[in-house]
Amino acid sequence: MFKNFFPNKIILLKNSVINSLIILLAVVIIVGLAYSLFISPPDYIQGDSVRIMYVHVPSSFIALACFGFIGTASICNLIFKIKFMPLLARSLAPIGCVFSLVSIVTGSFWGKPTWGTWWAWDARLTSMIILLLFYIAYILIWKFIDNFEKANKVSSIIGIIGLFNLPIIKYSVDWWNTLHQPSSITLTSAPSIHYTMLIPLIIMLFGMIIYSLIIFLMRYKTEVMKLKLNKKKNYK
Amino acid sequence: MLSKKVKSRIFFLILLLISFAFVIFFVLKSLEKNVVYFLSPTDIYNTTNISFEKKIRVGGLVKMNSISKNGTSVNFIITDLKKEIVVSYNGIVPNLFSEGKGVVAEGKLKDKKYFIADKILAKHDENYMPPEVNKALEKSNN
Repeated sequence: MFKNFFPNKIILLKNSVINSLIILLAVVIIVGLAYSLFISPPDYIQGDSVRIMYVHVPSSFIALACFGFIGTASICNLIFKIKFMPLLARSLAPIGCVFSLVSIVTGSFWGKPTWGTWWAWDARLTSMIILLLFYIAYILIWKFIDNFEKANKVSSIIGIIGLFNLPIIKYSVDWWNTLHQPSSITLTSAPSIHYTMLIPLIIMLFGMIIYSLIIFLMRYKTEVMKLKLNKKKNYK
Repeated sequence: MLSKKVKSRIFFLILLLISFAFVIFFVLKSLEKNVVYFLSPTDIYNTTNISFEKKIRVGGLVKMNSISKNGTSVNFIITDLKKEIVVSYNGIVPNLFSEGKGVVAEGKLKDKKYFIADKILAKHDENYMPPEVNKALEKSNN
């Protein structure tokens, strides 16, 4: 499985694979949106604004997962100096960046009718903003440092430091008093979310993962091609 | 199997990670007062040198049958099921503000039992369900 992400394999990735993934994406997203916008019931307190959750939660999940991969790739990169690790991380960064922004914006839209405010500086929201800043920093380092080796090192360090933020985001709602509610879905107990709302959430999560995978594969293939063309010389 | 170079890199990285974890832990620990978004009535009860000038936030549940409205002014009790605090507020409350639900009030303490709020936020819990399920639940509880 992991071998498929080696540069020599990814360069052989056919467009037909991407195309079939796009068809799958279209089907899953249409089903997911129909389910979450029309079939699933409104919430007993929040009413229809609960539907924002079907975009908000998967986006947050992907934003965190992407940075988890970036951090792991950064560690492998610094220790083993595997050449394609920075390419993997670089391809993931914009995806995570966009999804953390989506998560923050949709959360804000939900917060206004629910909490009565667009924004609160509580631990969950603040740590999420910090994640977004880490993404921006990571992307900008690659943009503004011309030397490949130097950019590689600095960005890896950012990736590793940012890794510490992930458990803080995840557990902020348990460690401190926050305005944000604790997780509804945990590994240890039954979800406190009714199954008629859980199903569309899972479908949407699946759809957004496919979307991220498509973007990642396309970006990663391009990165590998660029590397092969430039042979590392002044690679940007 | 691992070369000497790789081993030393692993060693340094682990050392770095542990020291980072410590730094972050202590920074968060010392900032705990600022990280916490609101205090519970029990926190306020237990704090000896609490400021009556500074703006703070109090959070908990709105006590059942405690809301009394008079024009635009609202009085209610925030409870954490151990200690209580009376809140007085003048303005519009959020739609989700109701008895038995979570709330965060922002304002100043008059004394340890009385709080004057200038902003009310409704806190939502982690339970999501359709209205019919809630009705059925309430029925079976009664």
